[in-house]
Formats: sequence, structure tokens, C-alpha cells
Amino acid sequence: MNVKYNTEDKLLVLELTEEIDHHSTEKIRRRADYEIQRHMPRKAIFDFNGVTFMDSAGIGMVIGRYKMVSMLGGKVSMINVKPSVKKVFEMSGILKIIPIEECA
Amino acid sequence: MKDITENEMSLEFLSKSNNEAFARVTVAAFVSQLDPTIEELSDIKTAVSEAVTNCIIHGYEDTQGIIKIKCKIFAGSVHIEISDNGKGIKDIEEAKAPLFTTKPNLERSGMGFTIMESFMDDMQVESIVGLGTKVTMKKLIRCKDELCTNTTE
Repeated sequence: MNVKYNTEDKLLVLELTEEIDHHSTEKIRRRADYEIQRHMPRKAIFDFNGVTFMDSAGIGMVIGRYKMVSMLGGKVSMINVKPSVKKVFEMSGILKIIPIEECA
Repeated sequence: MKDITENEMSLEFLSKSNNEAFARVTVAAFVSQLDPTIEELSDIKTAVSEAVTNCIIHGYEDTQGIIKIKCKIFAGSVHIEISDNGKGIKDIEEAKAPLFTTKPNLERSGMGFTIMESFMDDMQVESIVGLGTKVTMKKLIRCKDELCTNTTE
């Protein structure tokens, strides 16, 4: 995962670079939580450009980070979500609270 | 009646989480001989990943065991059987309900069975408490060959 932070806008971009499943979410979660707690962003964006596969583990991973960012007063959204990944998110209904944006 | 199994494979591996990717990629490679679309292949990979993850975190929980996958290609469809010898499921209907999870602390969404059901054409669960669980899934791969007109669209 690559992390970009813009101090001026308090914008945290988390670029996911691997397949997301139960195995890989452990590492993603630890790193994302560290960055969120360190920066306390006004907005956190998950960039899915590098994600070619995701199963339901991704739903829990995104919701967990959403809870943390919301608690700190920030917003969460997602960009560059491929159709196969979007299909999994659509099943869960979380797109109503964590929207997919066209671009950053 | 032409009723012959066209191809078959089976796979056995340890219930380690880094085998989740191995399992879905192997099944996808086997299924690719039916020339599926990218979407069909991705649906199968997702369903396999859900079933294998269930074996690891629910079936075997803190123990380790063997996960078996049997895969058959048959009359333009793929049949996948994923089983473990883990602790089994007490109430299958409850387990299948969307958003039901026994592991919210692991940030599990409770969408595994729902995804398997909707991404595949058929999904059955058999389980005996203390003996294990078997998930059987089926997906029809739509024939893209123009000569093949007698498929159910």
C-alpha cells in the first residue's frame, strides 16, 4: 500500500496495490489504522486502482476504517474501483455511506 | 444421453490464509479451458475465496487442517466442491443469512454465503457439527461459440 498525505487539505490517500482477501487485509488494516491515527485526516480516500481482486474481506476492512475516520470527524470515499470489485461492494450496500467518486 | 464428465481435478492444501489466493487462482486456471468471460471468472474466484476463507476462519478456527477442492467441468458448466473436516455449522440457515457473522471482531461482514449464492448459479451447504462442512457450487459458462446455439440463455 502506498500512502499520500496532503497537510493543507488534511487529505489521506491510501493506494491499495494488491488483491484484497482475508489474508491481505491484516496488513492493510494495520498500516491504514496507523496512518489514520497519525494524520487524523479530514478526508480519507481508498484508491483501488491497483486492486484486481477483492472478496467480502474488503467490505469489513473498508467499514472498519470508515468507523475510525468518522470517529475522528473525517469522511471516507473510494476511487478507481473496478467493476468486479464494485460488484462485491454493491452486494453489501455500503456504497450508500462510503461513496465511489469519479476521481480524486 | 451424452453424460460424460469432460474434465476433473482435485486439490488439497493446508488451511493457511496465504492459500486463499492459491486456491482461487488454481480453480480459475482450470476453469479457463471453458473460455469464460472475465466477469464469470472473477465471480468464480470470489466465490472460491469466500468458501476457502470460511474453512480457515470458521471450520478450523485456531487449529490447522486440510481443505479439499474438487472441480468438474461438465456440459458447459463448472461444479466446485470445497470441504473441510472442521467444527461444522450448527444452523446453516442462520449462517447463510446476509450480514450474519460469528466473528464481528475480525471485521467479517457476514456476506460470504450471500456472495457465493449470488455470484454462482447454485450453492448448497452440507455440514455435520464436529465432522466438517462441504459447500457445492455450480456455474454455467455461457457458450460464446456461434455453432453452439442450444445453450440456455
